[in-house]
Amino acid sequence: MSRDARQTAAAPARKGLVGQLGDFLDDRTGYRALVHEALYERVPGGARWRYVWGSTLVFAFMTQLITGLFLWASYSASAQTAWESVYYIQHEMAGGWLLRGIHHFMAQAMVVLLALHLLQVVIDGAYRAPREVNFWLGLVLMLLVLGMALTGYLLPWDQKGYWATIVATNLAGIVPFAGPSLQQLVIGGSEYGHHTLTRFFALHAGFLPGALILMLVVHLSLFRKHGLHAKQPITKPDAMFWPDQVLKDAVAMLAVMAVVLGVILMPALRAMLAGEAVVPGELGAELGAPADPSLPYAAARPEWYFLFLFQFLKVFEGWGATGEFFGAIVVPGLIMTVMFLMPILGNWRLGHRFNVAFTLAVLAGVGLLTSLALNEDYYALWVDKASLAEAEKLHDQTGGDPEKLAAALDNDTAKVAAMTNQWKKLERVRHSQAFLEASRQAKADAARAIELAGRPEKIPPAGMLELVRHDPKSQGPRLFAQHCASCHAHVDPLTVDAEAVIAKSSAANLYAFGSASWMQGLLDPAQVAGPAYFGNTAHKDGDMVNFVQNDLTDEATWPKADIAAVVAAMAAEAGTSPPKDLVGLVDIVGLVDRGRKLVASDDRCGGCHHFRDNSTALGSAPDLAGWGGREWLVGIITDPTHEQFYGDNNDRMPSFGKAAEGALPPLTREQIGLIADWLRGEWYRAEH
Amino acid sequence: MSDHEHHHGESRSGAVSGGSAGDGSRRGFLAKAIALVCGGLATMVPVGAGLWAFLDPLRRSASVAKFLPVAELTAIPDDGVPRQYPVITDRIDAWTGFAAEPVGAVYLRREKGAKVVQALSATCPHAGCFVEMEPTGRCFRCPCHNSIFTLDGGIVAPSPSPRAMDALECRVGKNGEVEVMWQKFRAGVAAKEVQG
Repeated sequence: MSRDARQTAAAPARKGLVGQLGDFLDDRTGYRALVHEALYERVPGGARWRYVWGSTLVFAFMTQLITGLFLWASYSASAQTAWESVYYIQHEMAGGWLLRGIHHFMAQAMVVLLALHLLQVVIDGAYRAPREVNFWLGLVLMLLVLGMALTGYLLPWDQKGYWATIVATNLAGIVPFAGPSLQQLVIGGSEYGHHTLTRFFALHAGFLPGALILMLVVHLSLFRKHGLHAKQPITKPDAMFWPDQVLKDAVAMLAVMAVVLGVILMPALRAMLAGEAVVPGELGAELGAPADPSLPYAAARPEWYFLFLFQFLKVFEGWGATGEFFGAIVVPGLIMTVMFLMPILGNWRLGHRFNVAFTLAVLAGVGLLTSLALNEDYYALWVDKASLAEAEKLHDQTGGDPEKLAAALDNDTAKVAAMTNQWKKLERVRHSQAFLEASRQAKADAARAIELAGRPEKIPPAGMLELVRHDPKSQGPRLFAQHCASCHAHVDPLTVDAEAVIAKSSAANLYAFGSASWMQGLLDPAQVAGPAYFGNTAHKDGDMVNFVQNDLTDEATWPKADIAAVVAAMAAEAGTSPPKDLVGLVDIVGLVDRGRKLVASDDRCGGCHHFRDNSTALGSAPDLAGWGGREWLVGIITDPTHEQFYGDNNDRMPSFGKAAEGALPPLTREQIGLIADWLRGEWYRAEH
Repeated sequence: MSDHEHHHGESRSGAVSGGSAGDGSRRGFLAKAIALVCGGLATMVPVGAGLWAFLDPLRRSASVAKFLPVAELTAIPDDGVPRQYPVITDRIDAWTGFAAEPVGAVYLRREKGAKVVQALSATCPHAGCFVEMEPTGRCFRCPCHNSIFTLDGGIVAPSPSPRAMDALECRVGKNGEVEVMWQKFRAGVAAKEVQG
C-alpha cells in the first residue's frame, strides 16, 4: 500500500493521533480485546457491595507491592543495619513515615479483608462445584498472606519483632521430625542474626509474594472462567463488571485506603486539635527499641491478628511441649483441613450449613480468644482497683497463704471464699500491671533509642545496640535496679510514694546525688538522721550526724550563710549547677571560694575530711575533693573501703569494682561509669 | 474507541439492564467517571507516598567542602615526585556516622626546597576512576581508559579525559601541616565544576 493510499484508507474514520496510535497497537497486540475481556464480564443479578471483597484484596495487595518496593529501596537487611535503616526511613526520610505507615496498616487491613472475603464466599456457597479448586487456591493465598505478615514483622529488627519471631520459630521447631531442621533453615543457622534477616526478607519480598502473584493469576483467571457466583435468588437484571461493579469496587478501595490513612493521621489530627506540634516520625507504624537478646522483654506479643493463637496456647499451659504442639500445630491444622474439605462437605445435605456454622464458630472463637488476650493484658485499666484495696492489704499481710487468710478471717468459709476470689482478681490485676509497665518501659526504650539515633554524630558503624548499651540513661536505671536498689532508693522526694520507698531502703536516697539540694538535705539536722540519708545505716549515730545535729545548729559558729557557701562549694565540686536559691547571685564564684575554704578549714569540715591540700589525712572520712563528680563516684562504687572514702568505717556497701585475684568484680569499670553518669544525669539530650 | 466498546458490549450483554453499561447514558458516564476517580485516588496514595520517599535523596545536599589536614610539610619529600596521601575525615552515610575515616586520596608534590605544595585529586576527571602513578614514576595513568597526565597533572593529548587532573586548593598551616580543600568535581566535562 502506498503512503497516500494508506492515508486515504484511514481518513474515513477521522481518527486523531491517539486513535491512530490505538489502532497501531491493537493491530499488533490485540489489546482492545484483552481490555474488553477484562472489563465486560457479566455480573448476574447486577453489581452488589458484597462482591467487593476480592477486588479490595487485590487492591490491598497492589498497595503492599508498591509501598513494599519503595521501602525496599531504602531497607537494609542485616542485624546491624535493619533497625537503623528502618529508623532512617521512619524518622529522617521525607514521607518515609507515610510510606511505612501505609505498608504497616494495609497489611492489617488485608487480614481483615481476607476474613470478610472468606466469610462471603462461604456464606454464599461460592466454593461449590465447579469452583472447588479456586476455593482451595484462595485458602493457599490466605496462608501466603499470613506468612508475609509473619515474616514482615521481624524486618525492623526491633524488640517486639525479634521476640515475636523467636516464639514463632520455636513453635515451628516443635513440629515432629522435621521441626528442628525447619527452624534452623528458617533462621539461617542456630543463632538469630544476619541470615535470619536476609532469609526473612527474601521470603517476605521474594518467595512469598512471587508465589502469591502466581496463585493470584490462577485464582483470578479461574474466577473469570467460572464467572461470578451470584447471590441467589437473582431478582435484578444482570449488569456489566464495567462500570457498575467496578464503581462499587473502586469506592470500596478508596474507603479501605481512607481507613488506613485515617489510622495513620488520627494522632496528628489529635495533636493539632490539642495545639501540640506534630512530629511526622511518630506517625504511622511504631518502631521499638533495637533487638537485644540480653534484655528481657515482657511486653512481647504477636501482632493483634495472631493474638488468638497466642491466647490459645495458654489453654494448654502445663502440658509442656505436647500442649504447644497440639495448640500451635494440631488444632490450627485440623481447622485448615476442615476448611479445605468444605467444597466436598458442601455436597452433603446439611454440608453448607455445617460449613457456614463452622466458619462462624472459628471466627467467633478467634474473636473470643483475642478479647480474652486483650482483657488479660489490659485488665488493670478497667477494673475498679479501689475495690481490691482490702484484698491487697490482706494479701500483703498473709503473704498469700490460704491458711493464714482463713485465720485472719476467723475461718468464716463464705468470707474466705469471697476473699480467695478477690485474690484471683488481684492476681490478674498484677499480671496486667506488669504487662502495662513492660509496655511503658518498651515505649520509653524505643523513644530513647530514637532520640540517640538522631544525634549529630549519627549511629556508630557497629549499630544502634552499641549506642544503647553505652547510654547512661538506658543502662543506668537497669544497673542500679540490679546492683544498688536493694539498699539505696533513687526516688524524687516530691513524688507520691517516695516516703514509703525511702523508708524501706537501708541506705541513702541517691536521687539528685551531687546536687545542691541533696547536700542541703544532708546538712539539715532534721534530715541527716532520716531514712533518706544516714537514718538506716550504721552512720546513724556517727560523727557526721552528730556534727550536723549539734555543731551546724549553732548559728554562732555556723551562720546560715556559711552553710550555703559549703553547699555551693560541694555542688561546684560535683560539677552540678549551684543551689536554686543562689542562682542569679552576682558573686557565686566568691561564694564557692568561701565555701571551699570552709570545707578545707580544720576547725570546720576539714577537721575530719581531707580536702585538697588541707592537713587532715585520708581515712577518717570521705575525701571531699571532687565529691559527687564522675571520678569520685566511680571511685566509691569501685571500692568504698578505700581510704579515700569510708575506709574501715564502710557500712555494708560492697566494692563493686574490686575482686579477689582471678575473680571477676561484680561490675565492670564501664558499668560503674554508666551508673555514675546516670546518677549525675549526664547523658545525651536532643536539642528541641 | 467508544464505538468499539459499545459494539462489543452490546453483543454480549443482551439482557443487561439499560442504564448500567450503556455508554451513551449520563448515568453510565457518571459511574465510569466516579469509578476512575475513586480507583485513581486510591492508587495514587501508595504511589505518591512511595515517590515522596524515593525522591528524598534530592533534598540532601553534599557536605560542605573544607580544608582537611593531610600531611606534614616536612614529611613530603621535596623531589618533585607526587605521593599519595589518604584524606581522613568524619563521614556520615545515611544513618551511620564514621569517625576519622579515609574518604579518598590526594597526590601531594613538592619542588626542591619549596614551602608550598601542589595537591591533585586522585579522581580521574574523565569518569571518576582512581588515577595511579606509573611504576616508572614519570607520569600518572588512569587504569580505566588510559588517560595519561604529567606529574603536575597536565593532560597528555590525545586523552579520553576532557581536562587536566583537578588541582585542589592547598595551604600550609603555622605548624607546618598541609591542608587540602577536599572537593569533588563533575566528571566528563571540560570545565572544572564543583559537584553537588
